[in-house]
This record gives sequence, structure tokens and C-alpha cells, in this order.
Amino acid sequence: MSLEPLQPEPKPDVTLTLAGAALGLRRVSVLMPGVVVFAVAFGAAASAKGLSLFEAVLMSAVVYAGVAQLVAMELWRPEWSWGAIAGLALVTATVNARMVLQGASLQPWFRHYPGAVNGLHLFLFTDANWMIGTRYHAEGGRDLGVLVGAGVALWLVWVAATVPGYLLGALVADPRTSGIDLVMPIFFAAMIVPLWRGRRAAVPWVVAGLVALVTARLIEGYAFIIVGSLSGALVGALRDDTA
Amino acid sequence: MTLPDPGAWGAVLAILAMALATYLCRISGVALMAFIPLTPRVRRGLAALPGSIVVATVLPLVERLGWSAALALLAAVGSMVIRRSELLALVVGMAVVSGARALGL
Repeated sequence: MSLEPLQPEPKPDVTLTLAGAALGLRRVSVLMPGVVVFAVAFGAAASAKGLSLFEAVLMSAVVYAGVAQLVAMELWRPEWSWGAIAGLALVTATVNARMVLQGASLQPWFRHYPGAVNGLHLFLFTDANWMIGTRYHAEGGRDLGVLVGAGVALWLVWVAATVPGYLLGALVADPRTSGIDLVMPIFFAAMIVPLWRGRRAAVPWVVAGLVALVTARLIEGYAFIIVGSLSGALVGALRDDTA
Repeated sequence: MTLPDPGAWGAVLAILAMALATYLCRISGVALMAFIPLTPRVRRGLAALPGSIVVATVLPLVERLGWSAALALLAAVGSMVIRRSELLALVVGMAVVSGARALGL
């Protein structure tokens, strides 16, 4: 990023190729076992909470956000009022608010593409896509096919793996004893290693972590992700080194 | 005027409401950034964002989930340092958390 001349703006490399999609497929394949375990856990939780198989698969297909789906199972109920539906949508938005920042962090790449293309591929945007995209973009990659390939493959596996989880239901142990609640944190923590650019660049991360810890004590729910991340970005923006 | 009760469609409507909320989260960061010029300062902020998201997400979760989670994440990061494989990191992390929880940590 630091090597890009600021002006004149170079002609952006706007590509979306099948070769990129194949690369995305390879990059996402290492994340698949974790994703399958997560989807199976969701399917099992959904059957335990009394969703029909159709509803469980529909949720995986159109919501397509693992943590939010598991949180929704905690709040699921047999009867729905409009207020309860609005409440669930609000909780979903707070759990997924990290996507707002994840999308913003990759916008310097996406901005060169037409709005309709972004509107479509972002439907498939997940934590895994963000990790793959962040790493690929940092390596100098600019082919959006990578995200599309990874996103389509992950979506298919996520939706498909919901079914055996639903049908096996009770066979899947409590997520805590099997460690499924740690799949997402482990992938996130592992991401620190390829992101590492030396101690100086890690100062905003430390601030983000401390602010998040304090916020988690003060505010219930998942607000700590947003407050902490924005604090880190702010520290990064205000420091006077040459970017 | 009041809306008719969601009734039998309640669950499907709840799922569609979740889908709409999630999609808005997916597009809004990209859409909002279209109005912000990419000055060097904004670029520095965005460059610090991925690591900040990771740390801000993980640290409070570790605090909630306890020592077994902390050990598992340290083991996963260590595994990534030695051999850069997300799959291996996941296996190592899951093995450590299962072991630690079996021991009652």
C-alpha cells in the first residue's frame, strides 16, 4: 500500500477472473473444516430450538453469518410478534456490525468496481472472506474473483453442512465441551501472524484491545468490537509516521 | 392501523429480518467509505483497522471464555508462527481447548 504513488492516481486494476476464483477456492479450502464444524453446530442448535429443516437451511442461505445465527438460536421462540422480530433484527445487526468495519477496510480495493458488482459479491462477505481478502490485497492482489470464488464455495458448504447438523442434532455435543465456540476466535487470533508488521504497527492494536476490554465491562452485547476497532483505527490515523 | 399478526409466518419473517439486517451491515461500510476521500491519514486508519478488529474481537471473548480459551489461542498463534497454516492452527487450538476443558480449566 505504501508503494502506491499518491498522484497521479494509477489506472486501477479492475479484474474479476476465473483464475482468481480458483485461487479463492484454494485459499478458503483450509478454512473449510472449521466452517463445517460451525455449520453442523448451528444445524444441531436449530433442531433443538424447534426450527423446521426448511427454516434452518433458509437461515443459513440468506443470513449466512455463523455467530449471528448461533446468537439467534439463544433468542429463538415459538411465537413471533413484530416487536420480537424487530428485536432479533437489531441484535443481528449489533453482532454483525463488525462487517461494517471489515467492508470499510477493504473499500480501497472495492471502490474501483461498479456498485452492482459490489452489491452482489458483498452478499457473500464473511469473516473468512475478509481474512482471505485482507491477506490477498496486502500481497498486492487485485482480482475480485478471489473473493467471489471463496464466497460461493463457502456459502455452498455452509448451507449444505447445516443439513447433517440438523438431522444428527442430539449427537453433536454441547458446543462448549467440543470447543466449537472457539472456532471463530482461533481463526481470528491466527490472522495476527500474517498481519504482523512489527511492534510499531501493533500499537493501535494494543489500544483497540484495551478499549474493547473496558467496553465489554461497561456495555452488554458485542459493542466492544466496534468501539475497540474504531479506537485502534483512530490511533493509526493520528500517528505521524509516513504511511 | 395495525399490521396483521405475523402468525404462522413469524419464523420465516424473523429469518428474513435477520437477513436484511446482515446484508445492510455487509454493504454499509463499503457504501459509507465512498463518501470519504482516501487521504494518507484515512489510509493509515484503514491500515490499522484489520489488526484492531482482530484484537478487539478476541481479547474480550478470551476474558469471557476463560483460561482454556486463552491457552488455545496462544497455541494457535504459536502454531501459525512456526508453520503458517490456518488448518493446523485450528487443530492445535481445538486440541488445547478440549484438553484444558477436560482438565477442568
